[in-house]
Amino acid sequence: MATKQSETTMYIQKQQRKREMQHYLVSFGLMIIFTLLAFGTVMIDGIPKHFTSFFIVTLAIVQVLFQLYYFMHLKDKDHGFPTLFIFSGALVAFITVLTFVSIVWIS
Amino acid sequence: MSVNAHSLSQPKQNSGFFSWLWEWLSTVDHKKIAILYLFGGGLFFLIGGIEAMLIRIQLAVPENTFLVGHNYNEVITMHGTTMIFLAAMPFIFALMNAVIPLQIGARDVAFPFVNALGFWLFFMGGIILNLSWFLGGAPAGGWTAYAPLSSEFLGNGMDFYVLGLQVAGAGTLMGAINFLVTIVNMRAPGMTFMRLPLFTWTVFITAVLILFAFPALTVGLFLIFFDRLFDANFFNEANGGNSIIWEHIFWIFGHPEVYILILPAFGVISEVIATFSKKRLFGYSSMVFATILIGFLAFMVWVHHMFTVGLGPSANTIFAIATMAIAVPTGIKIFNWIFTLWGGQITFNTANLYAVGFIPTFVMGGVTGVMLAVPTADFQYHDSYFVVAHFHYVIVGGLIFGLFSGFYYWWPKMFGRHLNETLGKINFWLFFIGFHLTFFFQHFLGLMGMPRRYFTYLKGEGFDAFNMVSTIGAFLMFFAVIVMLINIAYSAVKGEKAKGDAWEQGRTLEWSIASPPPEYNFAQTPLVKGIDAFWKEKMDGKDKMTAAEPVGDIHMPSSSIVPFLMSISLTIASLGFIFSAHDGVRKPALFVAGAGVVLFFLCMLARSIKDDPGFHIHKEEVIETEKGVR
Repeated sequence: MATKQSETTMYIQKQQRKREMQHYLVSFGLMIIFTLLAFGTVMIDGIPKHFTSFFIVTLAIVQVLFQLYYFMHLKDKDHGFPTLFIFSGALVAFITVLTFVSIVWIS
Repeated sequence: MSVNAHSLSQPKQNSGFFSWLWEWLSTVDHKKIAILYLFGGGLFFLIGGIEAMLIRIQLAVPENTFLVGHNYNEVITMHGTTMIFLAAMPFIFALMNAVIPLQIGARDVAFPFVNALGFWLFFMGGIILNLSWFLGGAPAGGWTAYAPLSSEFLGNGMDFYVLGLQVAGAGTLMGAINFLVTIVNMRAPGMTFMRLPLFTWTVFITAVLILFAFPALTVGLFLIFFDRLFDANFFNEANGGNSIIWEHIFWIFGHPEVYILILPAFGVISEVIATFSKKRLFGYSSMVFATILIGFLAFMVWVHHMFTVGLGPSANTIFAIATMAIAVPTGIKIFNWIFTLWGGQITFNTANLYAVGFIPTFVMGGVTGVMLAVPTADFQYHDSYFVVAHFHYVIVGGLIFGLFSGFYYWWPKMFGRHLNETLGKINFWLFFIGFHLTFFFQHFLGLMGMPRRYFTYLKGEGFDAFNMVSTIGAFLMFFAVIVMLINIAYSAVKGEKAKGDAWEQGRTLEWSIASPPPEYNFAQTPLVKGIDAFWKEKMDGKDKMTAAEPVGDIHMPSSSIVPFLMSISLTIASLGFIFSAHDGVRKPALFVAGAGVVLFFLCMLARSIKDDPGFHIHKEEVIETEKGVR
C-alpha cells in the first residue's frame, strides 16, 4: 500500500518536472524568437523609427515578464511577497524615469 | 550562564571594562542593539539640540552677532541633518529592535549579524559627519544640499555630508531589509497579518518605504560624490548637466523619508492609546488600510517640495491633488484614535500624555500641510518661517512626541525599571508648552515675511517679540530634555522594578514575558489566538500565553566583532575620499580610501568563509531562568 502511494507521488512529481521542463523550453524558444524579431526590426530598412522603438521596448517588457514568471518562479505558489515587492519597486523606478523624461524642468 | 562548546566566538566571562566593551561591540542581540541605537541616537539628539539652541540664541534679538554668516549656515545644516538622519532614525530603530521581535513572538530578528552591521554603519556615519566640525568646517548647504551650491561652491564640509550620509544610509537600508524579512517570516504560530499589533504594521510599511526610498538617496549622493571629487558634471549646467535633477532625486527620497519618520510614531500612539484606554484599538483594519495608503501615496507627492521651481501648472496640479489626498488616510487615523479614547478607562501617565498631546499637535501640523499643498498659496509660504513651523509641528509635535511616548511606555520592558512618573510629567509639560511657544508663533513670523535660513533680521520689522517668545520656548524644551536625562539616571539607580506586564494592562505579546526579557525572549513560542493576543489570554483567566511548543533547547546566534570592523573600514575609506579633495594629499588619501575598501571586502570574505553554527541554550537552563523570573 505504502509503496503504491509513493510510486504514485513519484509519478506525479515526474510529470510535474516534465511540464516544468516544457515550460522552460517553450519560453526559451519564445525569447529567442523575440530577440530575433527585435534584431530584425532594427536591421530591416523601411520600418518607421517610432514603430521600431515602440516594438522593441514592448518585446523587452514581455521578455522580462517571461524571465520573472518562468525562470525566476514568480508563477509558483507562495511567491506573493516577492511579486508584490518587485512590482512596487518597478513602479517607483518607473515614476522616477517618467519624471526625468517629462518634468525635470519646464514642461 | 554557560554556553555550548561550539561557540568559540563567545567571549569568556571575565569581568572588567574591556570584556564589557567587547560585549557591546560584538553583540548581535536585538535587545542590546536597541539600547545601542537609543544611546547612539540620544548622543546625536543632544548635539542637534545644542545646535538648535545656538540658532535660537542668535535669533532671539534683532541684528544679533552671536552666530553669523557661514557659521550659522553650518549650524542649521548640521541641525537638520543630525536631527533627521542621526537622531530620529536611530530612535525609531531603537524601538523597532526593542519591540518588534517581542510583539510578533520571535526569538530574534531574521539577520542578527546584519542588524548589528546596520547599527555600526549608522553610528560611524554620524561620527564621520560630526568630525567635519574639527576637520575644516561643517557642511553648510542646508540639509537638502541643493546643487550646484553643494556640488561646486561650498568647501570640504559637503564631502563629510555626502560620505557620512552614504555610510549611515547603508546602515538604515540594511536595518529595514532585516525587519521586512523578520516580520514576513518570523511571526509566531497564529500571528496572521491582520493580527499584527499596529506598531508592527507601521514598522513594516516604514521598512518598505526605506527599501524603495533610500536607493534614490544613495544614487543622488553618488552623483554628487563624483561631481565633487572626480570632476563629473551631473549637476553642472555649463557642461551639459542639470542641477534640478538633484532636487528631484533628493525629494523622491526625501518625501517618503518624512513618512518613514512619522509612521512608526503613528504605531506607537496606536499602542499607547489602546493600552491606557483599556480598549481594543478602534477600527483596526481601517488603520492598517490607512497606513498602507499613506505608504503608497508617499511616492506620488515629492514635487510639492518643488512647486516654485517652475515645473509648470499641470505637474504642480497633479502633485497638489495627490498631496491633499494624503489628508484622507491621516484623518482616518486621527478619528480612530479619538474613538479609541472615547468611553475608555483612561490612565493619564506620561506615555499617554505624550500620546494624547500628539493628536491636536499633529492635526495642526497636518492642517498647515494641506495649506502648503495648494501651489498658488505655496508661492507665498515658500521658504518662509511658515514652512519651518509646519515641519517642526509634524516632526517634533508628531514624531518626537510619539517617540517619547514610546520611550516612557516601553522603558520598563527594555531596562526592567520604570521611569519616574513625577519627573515624567514635569518633562511632558515643559516639553509640550515649550514646543508650542517655540513653533506656534513661527507661523505668524512666516506670514509676516520672515525668510527661512537667514541669520538675522532688522529692528522695526515687527519680528522682535515673536522671535523672543520662540527662543524662550526653545529653552523650555531644552530644560525638558535635561529633566528626561535626570529621569533616566534616577531610573537606573532608584527606579521602581518593573513586572513582566509592567502597566498591568498590556495587550500585546511583549508584556507576556519578563522585563527585561531573557536572552531568548520566549521560553516557548506562544500560540496567538487573536488581535491583542496577551489581553485575550488574560480575559480567559490565564496569566501567560498558551505555548505552541514544548520547552526545548534554544538556538542562538553567536556574537561577532565583524560588523564593527566592517563599519570601521568604511569609515577609513570615507575619510580617505574626503581628504582626496585636498590637492596636496590626493594620491595618499585615495590610497587610504582604497585600503579601507579592501579591508571591507576582507571582512566580508572572513564572514563568508568562517562557519558560524551559533550555540544552544539548554532546556535545563531555560527552565532555571524562567523560575528565577516568575
